[in-house]
Amino acid sequence: MKKIIFILIACFFKINFAYSLIEVDITRGNLDPLPIAVSPLHVDIQSDNYQDIKVKGLGDLISLVVEKNFKSTGLFNPLNKDAFVQKPDIAHLKPRFEDWSLITAQALVTGKILIKDEKLKVEFRLWDVAANKEMIALAFTTTPANWRRVAHIISDKIYERLTGETGYFDTRIIYVSETGEKTQRVKKLAIMDQDGANTKYLTLGNELVLTPRFNPSNQLVTYLSYFRNLPRVYLLDIETGIQEVVGNFPGMTFAPRFSPDGKKIIMSFAKDGNSDIYTMDIESRLVERLSEDSSIDTSPSYSPDGKYICFNSDRSGLQQIYTMKSDGTGVKRISFGNGIYGTPVWSPRGDLIAFTKMKSGKFYIGVMRSDGTGERLLTENFYQEAPSWSPNGRLLVFYRETKSGKKGEGFTAKLWSIDITGYNERQLKTETDASDPSWSSLLSK
Amino acid sequence: MKFNTKIKNLLIVILSTLALSACSTGKKSSGVGSGDVYTGNDTVQYLATGVKDRVFFATNSSQLTTASRDTLRKQATYLRKNKNLNVVLEGHADERGTREYNLALGEKRANAARDYLLTYGISGKRISVISYGKEKPVNSASTPLAWSQNRRAVTIKAK
Repeated sequence: MKKIIFILIACFFKINFAYSLIEVDITRGNLDPLPIAVSPLHVDIQSDNYQDIKVKGLGDLISLVVEKNFKSTGLFNPLNKDAFVQKPDIAHLKPRFEDWSLITAQALVTGKILIKDEKLKVEFRLWDVAANKEMIALAFTTTPANWRRVAHIISDKIYERLTGETGYFDTRIIYVSETGEKTQRVKKLAIMDQDGANTKYLTLGNELVLTPRFNPSNQLVTYLSYFRNLPRVYLLDIETGIQEVVGNFPGMTFAPRFSPDGKKIIMSFAKDGNSDIYTMDIESRLVERLSEDSSIDTSPSYSPDGKYICFNSDRSGLQQIYTMKSDGTGVKRISFGNGIYGTPVWSPRGDLIAFTKMKSGKFYIGVMRSDGTGERLLTENFYQEAPSWSPNGRLLVFYRETKSGKKGEGFTAKLWSIDITGYNERQLKTETDASDPSWSSLLSK
Repeated sequence: MKFNTKIKNLLIVILSTLALSACSTGKKSSGVGSGDVYTGNDTVQYLATGVKDRVFFATNSSQLTTASRDTLRKQATYLRKNKNLNVVLEGHADERGTREYNLALGEKRANAARDYLLTYGISGKRISVISYGKEKPVNSASTPLAWSQNRRAVTIKAK
């Protein structure tokens, strides 16, 4: 992954915190989305092209990416640009609030871009239309090819200002791309921006690959590969493409994840019909065994403070969710509802654990508190599993498979996301069928 | 129009009655036996004459049935006669479970079959085990029959 340095040039007016009139209520999902006008960014240059990039069109493109991000949250309703009266350059200097108020806009985004010294400089402002006030003014400088990331960062800043929560637009999703017949699926690791743009394939499809997960800095990925028909956990550096087997286990290792500090990989190791949970320190290669039960122990996931681990075990007979301290002591079963439970994942906020539940031939994605109370099922379907949290703990991305006919026809696997309120379920566009999504943390922190 | 749907409904009733009676007589109707273990031979291949290559499991189970043990005993006899032959035991699960758990379950199933071969005198050195979880179904339909055929441990001659 290319490291991109954004220089925050200036907050060129004082930011007014706290007493603004607009506020987005995020506890209710999309019942009453906030009308927002995203004016095309004014392009302040003579030249139409910079190298391969049509700069003249960038003002529109950036505003469209921002709009699409807002729309996808279900919390905002981006207004139709045809109704905009004020020109982008004038609106950016001083909006005529009556005009924007007339088309019901409560918030307005304006901006300006220019190329200077071969750098793309983007300014934007967020305005509170009813209060006639500027809420944020920021500027970013980057290479012109990174205009999409600028659009995502702008989206994050506005989202943060209006909802009071961290954004999640400047992020990526790694997943398994699937093609071909159900009995002979070809699977590749793929990575894309959160909005589906910039898809790249990281493996060629020669061997089966499953369950990729980012490390906290988003530069490494751990996943399961069947390279040479030996299913093992691998570590891949996305930037260099270098990959290596994790540890030296005499059998299958699987279900890997990073510890929150990125120093360890936690995973299952299966031997003689028994799967237990192990960690390996990436630097020292020191391996530690955390569970010794004779049943299946898998799908481990750390709490964000690294002190606890939730995992899946069938020691009680069927799959249930357990927690334990990170040294393997203090094991506690936390799932007790009807049905069986799998794939627990600890929220980045620490309060909730997301899971897959199977009951009466249906699959559910749900959340419960880390002590097992307050179980809520968010979505029901024929088959869906493997939730992964957005970095702000607001959304879950998971994959869903459709029921296939007698000859496997009609089978699809797609990525979906849902707000933890249970609202705003939507399919993520992927170039191919897709499964096993994992959400990165924010790329620019 | 109405008449047509009535006939259709009647046909459905007749057909389903037929299907029910076929089930109750129990002769090779679906191949799914007691506790949803597949008992048919549709997907089965043979290591040698009379030596089936696979055994089937109930949902979420890695227990060998009487029929499975019989199959494995025949495999053990065959392996004792062919001392230079090594095998790979592939464990599989159906699509109705989470991927990671299914990988573990496939490994458990393959090892259940391996352990049985060991008790019949086959050296552990001749048997390697691999789990594919739900990744390699033999029947791609989303039906209880397909799922029962996919819950399997298959013995394959090593190359």
